[in-house]
Amino acid sequence: MVHVDGNAIAGLLETVFGRDLTAASGRCSGCGAEREVGAIHVYRAAGVVARCPDCDTVLLRIVEAGDRIWVDLRGLTTLELRS
Amino acid sequence: MSTAVLGPGRLAWQVAEVTDTVTETPRVRTLVLDVPDWPGHRAGQHVDVRLTAEDGYQAERSYSLAASPEEPPAVTVERLDDGEVSPYLVDEVVTGDRFELRGPIGGYFVWDAAGAAAPLFLVAGGSGVVPLMSMLRHRAAAGSTVPARMLYSSRTLEDVIYRDELEQLNSRTEGVQVVHTLTRVQPPGWTGRAGRVNRELLQEVAFPPEANPIVYVCGPTSFVEAVAEALVGLGHPPGRIRTERFGGA
Repeated sequence: MVHVDGNAIAGLLETVFGRDLTAASGRCSGCGAEREVGAIHVYRAAGVVARCPDCDTVLLRIVEAGDRIWVDLRGLTTLELRS
Repeated sequence: MSTAVLGPGRLAWQVAEVTDTVTETPRVRTLVLDVPDWPGHRAGQHVDVRLTAEDGYQAERSYSLAASPEEPPAVTVERLDDGEVSPYLVDEVVTGDRFELRGPIGGYFVWDAAGAAAPLFLVAGGSGVVPLMSMLRHRAAAGSTVPARMLYSSRTLEDVIYRDELEQLNSRTEGVQVVHTLTRVQPPGWTGRAGRVNRELLQEVAFPPEANPIVYVCGPTSFVEAVAEALVGLGHPPGRIRTERFGGA
């Protein structure tokens, strides 16, 4: 499956978090790498799965279903947002 | 639907009206838009477009903004023959038509002229040129003097988007250099490059790593992967390379 970048889900993330998240830094729970959310690898199917570009750990999953959005941030130890 | 759960955030769907269209190539068209209360955008940002069929089926796609922040918003769209949204935007839409849009979106794949000092190196594959064109237009409109180079890979000369404008930038704008490579067919007398973007071509065209350039790469996923890998191999730090992958093709 061909991936895209965190950029590609910028609109969805902003809908969920109320601000741009792609310029925020996220730390991977698997390998500890820290990089911008805009640069993580994104796979789209029924939902969105984002993985660490370095170690492939699942960082987050988002599913939109009808009037619900379901967010799983299992692989992000920290998120650093700057104003 | 989503906004009903989470409340109307800043990023809400709104209706955009097409105020002008520009045919760029046989497969690519630019739509100039009027969006009420457009907050302004940054070069490199995109919008999400949503079309709703009569039976309620919705299709949503992202399109990069082609205009500089100094201009009204415009998107440049390439027709994907099996696409759900692009054939409508490229072939059907006429001036005065409206569709749903949200944006501007994204804070990562962006370039601001204000305060920019590092050389700007842009690598485009096909319609990946769109957000990079916004950056070059922004550089010109903002009066920036940072050195800028674009390496742009197209299949054929006919597929080159913004060809005349890029030629003007290349020949008349100080500090801007545009290098084309054609991967499939080169017309007689072609003086540009031929073949895919590879390590040798990048080494020749890119600013050297010692110049500490900021690099933006946009195109199909396989193109972006190959270019980013080659740039890292040439000594460019991964943190100085920003990528935007389109997916397949």
